[in-house]
Amino acid sequence: MARAATTQRKIVVTTAAWIVGLLIFFPILWTILTSFKTEGDAIAFPPSLFPPHWTLENYFEVQSRSDYFRHFVNSVVISIGSTVLALLIAVPAAWAMAFSPTPKTRDIMMWMLSTKMMPAVGVLVPIYLIFRTLGLLDNVWGLMVILMLMNLPIVVWMLYTYFKEIPVDILEAARMDGATLGKELVYVLVPMAVPGIASTMLLNVILAWNEAFWTLNLTAARAAPLTAFIASYSSPEGLFWAKLSAASTLAIAPILVLGWISQKQLVRGLTFGAVK
Amino acid sequence: MGSIQLQHVNKSFGTHAVIPDASLEIKDGEFVVFVGPSGCGKSTLLRLIAGLEDTTSGQILLDGQDMTAAAPAKRQLAMVFQSYALYPHMTVAQNIGFPLKMAGMDKAAIDAKVKEAAGVLNLTSYLDRRPRNLSGGQRQRVAIGRAIVREPKAFLFDEPLSNLDAALRVNMRLEISELHHQLKTTMVYVTHDQVEAMTMADRIVVLNAGNIEQFGTPMELYRTPANRFVAGFIGSPKMNFVDGAEAAKHGAFAIGVRPEHMAVNKDSGLWRGTVGVAEHLGSDTFLHVNVDGLGLMTVRAEGEKQLHHGDVVWLTPDPSRIYRFDKDGQALAAA
Amino acid sequence: MATRQTKALARAMMAPSIIVLFVWMIVPLVLTLWFSFQRYNLNYPERSGFVWFRNYYFFLTDPAFLQAIGNTLILVVGVLVITVVGGILLALLLDQPIWGQGIVRLLVIAPFFVMPTVSALVWKNMMMHPQYGIFAWISKTLGLPTVAWLTDYPLASVIIITAWEWLPFAALILLTALQSLDEDQKEASEMDGANFVNRFIYIILPHLARAITVVILIETIFLLSVFAEIYVTTQGGPGYSSTNLPFLVYVQALLNYDVGGASAGGMVAVVLANIVAIFLIRIVGRNLDA
Repeated sequence: MARAATTQRKIVVTTAAWIVGLLIFFPILWTILTSFKTEGDAIAFPPSLFPPHWTLENYFEVQSRSDYFRHFVNSVVISIGSTVLALLIAVPAAWAMAFSPTPKTRDIMMWMLSTKMMPAVGVLVPIYLIFRTLGLLDNVWGLMVILMLMNLPIVVWMLYTYFKEIPVDILEAARMDGATLGKELVYVLVPMAVPGIASTMLLNVILAWNEAFWTLNLTAARAAPLTAFIASYSSPEGLFWAKLSAASTLAIAPILVLGWISQKQLVRGLTFGAVK
Repeated sequence: MGSIQLQHVNKSFGTHAVIPDASLEIKDGEFVVFVGPSGCGKSTLLRLIAGLEDTTSGQILLDGQDMTAAAPAKRQLAMVFQSYALYPHMTVAQNIGFPLKMAGMDKAAIDAKVKEAAGVLNLTSYLDRRPRNLSGGQRQRVAIGRAIVREPKAFLFDEPLSNLDAALRVNMRLEISELHHQLKTTMVYVTHDQVEAMTMADRIVVLNAGNIEQFGTPMELYRTPANRFVAGFIGSPKMNFVDGAEAAKHGAFAIGVRPEHMAVNKDSGLWRGTVGVAEHLGSDTFLHVNVDGLGLMTVRAEGEKQLHHGDVVWLTPDPSRIYRFDKDGQALAAA
Repeated sequence: MATRQTKALARAMMAPSIIVLFVWMIVPLVLTLWFSFQRYNLNYPERSGFVWFRNYYFFLTDPAFLQAIGNTLILVVGVLVITVVGGILLALLLDQPIWGQGIVRLLVIAPFFVMPTVSALVWKNMMMHPQYGIFAWISKTLGLPTVAWLTDYPLASVIIITAWEWLPFAALILLTALQSLDEDQKEASEMDGANFVNRFIYIILPHLARAITVVILIETIFLLSVFAEIYVTTQGGPGYSSTNLPFLVYVQALLNYDVGGASAGGMVAVVLANIVAIFLIRIVGRNLDA
């Protein structure tokens, strides 16, 4: 009796969950499908869910008309570059705080977090002026540094929570086993820390890829990553929806895949370890 | 060779002395157990010997050499941790071979040693697994394997069995004792379980609040405890203590009688009481008796004794086995 | 001896992060504060000088400012209500046994990974467009008048878009928290005769309390600085009807070149954000010990 009720219930719940899931996903699905339509089909009324005439033309057009690939490379360079920069200075810091904490460590962590709370508009004006003076406007390197600074607190925090989970016992065991500090690092610490560093990196790439305040305000045609490039489609002339969809699909596809892979770490990273 | 000497060792954190002043001499080849309640400083003492903690003052000598300031790796000691502290990213073979690799031994020699150790510890068929795919007992054996391959001067065990279930714990206890007989290497073993201490040790160090209360063979501690703390800690079930007028009859501030040193009779005896809970174990029966005017006492009776809740019984302590203590809890010489 | 060396090393390892963050936080902030007391417009470089609180006075008495503050608050609260309530419902739904649970989960969290400019454009053109949008099609099919979302309900449109972006975040975190609820506790409460509503009120909601707080605070931090969604869709209009504080500062600084006024606005935003930050930091700090 109980079994039958459970199965029935599962069918209802499953149906509801799929409907809700598809509704939430619909705008993305719609964008992907539209990218394979001709411009005419894209604005046809009534709309058809699947393209009546499948075409890849939009993807080629996006590239030939607006040098899409350059913006894609900008996005890759900026997001990966800022992440690597952040890791380079965050790994030692998180390491020191996790393994030789002092009474001040906690305050330092809190202070780092508080820098993340500062709204970007609060510093937009001076940063803009400084960048203008230094000739860093519309420059990939300048943006890379800004995004590194934006995400540095999250990176330190995430790494810290991962490093904290490496048991001190193991480090002591390595010392008892005769490992010098260098060997301890190579054979024990680094292999154990790699998974944590990797997921921190992943989350940070996602955040940097999607960052849209500084990229919109500090770049123009040359250094614009995809966020800013896509925004240029908001100008009202013409309804190139299929092309817009193709450009959007290309812009979100890689990060959607990365995001799906890292969803577990995401919770932890975004809540600073408060929810695991 | 592996003798360990502690001379007036003190360990303080700030003004708080965890180990006020400990002196101790462990002979080569001895199995010594540090036992005491949690927080008594037994693990700290072990970590001082290991070199994982710095001493505040005093000397630690290994084989007569002053090693107080030496790094853990230089002391040629091996340690088995409570959490096993296995390297999760290495296979069993790599875990066991790690200390040899650190010592710069060549690969063939490491392999041979690892195989030998795995044979001794029944780990041969698990050599390629990773720690997370092993049971608790197997992990424990890997940790021991990692310790024995390097042929240390002494083994240090920090509560190695406390994460195992009861049946496995008894097994591993026997295995470690057997290992000691085979290797004849000095072993220092920390536990809070007095049964482990009694069954495994050549000599036991009883610690309380950082002080060494008594250092002797298990039977010495059982027969002639130096004070009330040791008397109460060693032996299971615990010794019964009585103070007041009844103790004064024996010229002491307090007296103690072990549960196994009392006779139980239904008709007559020295102390009258009512049976509360009777625990029938088969081989023994433990009676928790509410003795009139003296309080709750535990008595061991023979296993088949048919006594139940509410029965009235008489208890008679063996007069030659009554322990006497003064006001400060120190043992008084037998009367 | 050894410990002292470790400490020095630890300090050296932390130094780069601390210095970099310190510079990043302090230098621009001090500059913003300094500019906010200056008469400073890039269009009129010859008019300059220290004006004390004049910029604040102009900024705070500008009717656009009050509207922007109001819009900022409505935006934050609106999105919070939608995402937290929706997130709880979604989390409860996804916590049930479902066929294909993993896939549904992926579908639900997907919007969070879409860059803000893309989601804003997709919603603007393909969902809310008065002629070709999906919403228009639904209205027409049902025989209802079509709605020009972005011109008639600009703020509500921005709220919908932003809520769509943040709903997955809330759902994912609340689901994670929900899954950490002890199975025994649920069963014990069932044995104690609690029905679903009782279980939700007495067991589930208290268990989620911390996660909900975290969601609210973190979302607030980000929602206070919503920018791209407005930039791409309404440009703050019509009039100032969908301008929030960050967008107003952007308009002052990069469109009107009024550095002094924009800086004063930036300082107001900093103060607002800090009020929230104090609470967030306390909560996260408490969890740090656990």
